[in-house]
Amino acid sequence: MIEILSIPPLATVQDLGRHGHWFEGLGQAGVMDGLSHRIANLLLDNEESAATVEIPLTPARFCFRTEQAFAIAGAVCGARLDDRQLPAIWAGVAAEGQILELRGIARGARVYLAVPGGVDVPLVMESRSTQLREGFGGHEGRVLAAGDCIEPIDDTWCTLPASGFNVGLPPLGRAIDSEVEVRVLPSAEHDNFSIRSQKAFWSTPYQVTRLCNRQGYRLEGEELLWESDVELRSHGIVPGIVQVPGNGQPIIQLADSATMGGYPAIGAVIEPDLWRIGQARPGQYLRFVQVDIHQALEAESERQDYLASLTTSLVQTRELLRSWS
Amino acid sequence: MTDSRLSMIGSRAILFQAACPFDLTHQERFWAIADEASAWPGVREAVPGMTNVTLLLDAVPENFAQLEKRLKGLWQSGIRKQIDGRLLEVDISYGGEGGPHLKEVAQTLGQSVDEIVRLHSAPDYVVFAVGSHAGYCYLGGLDPALETARRKVPLTSLPRGSLSMAGLQTGISASAGPSGWNTLGCADVEFFDPFRDPASLLQPGDRIRFIPTRVIA
Repeated sequence: MIEILSIPPLATVQDLGRHGHWFEGLGQAGVMDGLSHRIANLLLDNEESAATVEIPLTPARFCFRTEQAFAIAGAVCGARLDDRQLPAIWAGVAAEGQILELRGIARGARVYLAVPGGVDVPLVMESRSTQLREGFGGHEGRVLAAGDCIEPIDDTWCTLPASGFNVGLPPLGRAIDSEVEVRVLPSAEHDNFSIRSQKAFWSTPYQVTRLCNRQGYRLEGEELLWESDVELRSHGIVPGIVQVPGNGQPIIQLADSATMGGYPAIGAVIEPDLWRIGQARPGQYLRFVQVDIHQALEAESERQDYLASLTTSLVQTRELLRSWS
Repeated sequence: MTDSRLSMIGSRAILFQAACPFDLTHQERFWAIADEASAWPGVREAVPGMTNVTLLLDAVPENFAQLEKRLKGLWQSGIRKQIDGRLLEVDISYGGEGGPHLKEVAQTLGQSVDEIVRLHSAPDYVVFAVGSHAGYCYLGGLDPALETARRKVPLTSLPRGSLSMAGLQTGISASAGPSGWNTLGCADVEFFDPFRDPASLLQPGDRIRFIPTRVIA
């Protein structure tokens, strides 16, 4: 059991989301960075859908009330277990009484904390994700606070090396660190934007503003003008869709997106790249790279291959460790 | 045919829309398309919007062109799904704290508060679609005499149960959230309950009648 000593606002319990209730207007919720969440779970030999704690911003402090395996992945945040510095992605065992501290975030925006079997909160509508707007799921349907305890589902854990595990993550940006490249499909109203706006969207960077949360990020950059007298009627929206309200500045809908909206949609960030946005911070720039369906398919299999090879190497490492002990 | 088209709104989500009038007869065609498409392999959910339908898929659609052809075929067939849904009567307290924009709307439209309430509570509204937030119903049937503009400064949080309208739309918030609409009143209804099955109180085709229990001018 891990007791939260201090935690910034908006930390929540999340899994891969609540699916199958979209027809009831229920957004999927779930983690903002599915890659880090999966890696944290893989390190503990958990199911990829096991619930983790999503921690946006730091500092946060946790006390291990019992000896306990855990994993962290995501933002680079100067994590420390008592006096020992931990890498950004790490799994190991904490002794009873040890303090885990997540300090200033140097890169990225969210840290995922995994425990054996996943965080033990009730399954509601087939998921453990926190539904913030509706106030259910996760830990009592709300954000975590000091004094709350994180209980693991399993009280045993897989073989872990004494010094812990550490894996690398594909880089967040390409070439320039302050810019995050994401692959985007043209969406429903793309062709109704002025040619100039279309060009701007695909060729100039858009900055993440301070108005960014699990619902979506408001961006700032070259104005995007909608050139059509077609009356827009509310239609489905999903995480990753880039909408443009009347002020010409785009909004990306994310994990806690509404299910329907009425703003024109210029693009849709492909699912395998959403984690990059989940790790983008205010002030950073996003660059939209146009792809087609074929490239979106390739991106999905690339990610599957990456996770499959990580799983294989973790299984091999555990076998080695077992054979030594 | 250029009057209908399919587009990507996510790597595993597609939107089918068609140019058509915004009325019940046409909405019934999208209900029928959603019904049909929800049985197709690879389709997780098919959900009607306002004269459009969104399909959530298991994977990136390799067969996009084929899906488009099938959806266009359904649209052109003119197939409709008529629903004799349930009627929900909802008590509304118009005006006062729960309806801060009622007076302003009356002034803007050059009508008395009582006339606004009469016009607004006259029709049986049809649930065209469920979405935006959990349990929220997009309603068809607002009197065009009640058409108003969205507010310049949106409210950061409109309480659950708020009755609001903008453009030709009206509805009751199923949970607290931001809103740029004009708030006319409030109701006490649980439109969504995660521990109920189905969780959403109403489905497309159901109807709502507003019963004014109080008008605070």
